[in-house]
Amino acid sequence: MSITRIWVYLAEQPLLWLALTVGVFWLAKQFYFAVRQFPLLNPVLVSVAAIVALLAATGTPYDEYFQGAQFVNFLLGPATVALAVPLASQIDTLKRALLPLSIALAVGSLTGILSTLAIGWALGIDGQMLLSLLPRSITTPIAMGVSDQIGGSPQLTAVFVILTGILGAAFGLPLLGALRLRDPIAGGFALGVASHGIGTARAFEYNQQAGAFSGLAMGLNGTLTAILVPLIVWLFGLY
Amino acid sequence: MIGSIAALLVLQLIGTIVIRLTGIPLPGPVVGMLLLFVYLLWRGATPKPFERTAQGLLQNLALLFVPAGVGIIAHLHAVADQWIALSVTIVASATITLVVTAATLHWLLKWRRPDGEWE
Repeated sequence: MSITRIWVYLAEQPLLWLALTVGVFWLAKQFYFAVRQFPLLNPVLVSVAAIVALLAATGTPYDEYFQGAQFVNFLLGPATVALAVPLASQIDTLKRALLPLSIALAVGSLTGILSTLAIGWALGIDGQMLLSLLPRSITTPIAMGVSDQIGGSPQLTAVFVILTGILGAAFGLPLLGALRLRDPIAGGFALGVASHGIGTARAFEYNQQAGAFSGLAMGLNGTLTAILVPLIVWLFGLY
Repeated sequence: MIGSIAALLVLQLIGTIVIRLTGIPLPGPVVGMLLLFVYLLWRGATPKPFERTAQGLLQNLALLFVPAGVGIIAHLHAVADQWIALSVTIVASATITLVVTAATLHWLLKWRRPDGEWE
């Protein structure tokens, strides 16, 4: 059996792309630690780039890749439910810091939406493109719903959401470190507000407490932004 | 471990059903998370095997975003026309949001720390 025929056989199986997704990520993570966590070589960024290159080189359509990768993607659901566990362990801190957390959430949520609106508008982005940008700080399913509701394009929004997440995961902690804002509660919470689940994933790699507050921030900001974006769009007469 | 995985899946399922029935605009797993959170607070302590399963999943959360990431980057050409303005907007706004949120919370927590009211 020639290599080509083995490839043709394997490419039809979900197993190939499932194994590659997990394997490539594992390699990217080893590599990341080898380069002392150099931000630009964030494992999510490197894995995504490597797999995109592999799909392009082999002419594999995304749907075929997803046949295998869906098993990894599916775990996002149970993992989201599991966020309750670290959160429950932080209940004492959570109770004591309820007011600061609420204020930071409101400030962060508004900053995310309004800075996107102001900078995008100043740079000449308008219409559906600008609307699609507004919910980019929050988790993909909620962001796509909001985008659809305000007349944006959910597909474009998904692109902006993922880019925002990877950006936050790669550069968030070094930036907060440079500004001496890297304490687990404030830093973790900010990562969740600014860059949703992908930021939260990075926060969990930093430490459990940062992850817990990041997950909390992601959930709360998803809800608050879903309420604020349509209001702001209406106030500015964008829709 | 199987018990923990079953519990997570069932909670996600309940969350999805609640969303279907009520039309709340949240993803099913988020409702599942809220239910689990309330249950864990009521119970007082998280069972050890459950904690291990949750930690295992969350330690590797980044991996779970790779398939969606691949799908998105493969569609980058849709934003090619305005890519400079869009990149600048996303980078600048994400940076501002992250720093403003962290600084606000950092400052508020520090402000009240001396009398021990806020951690």
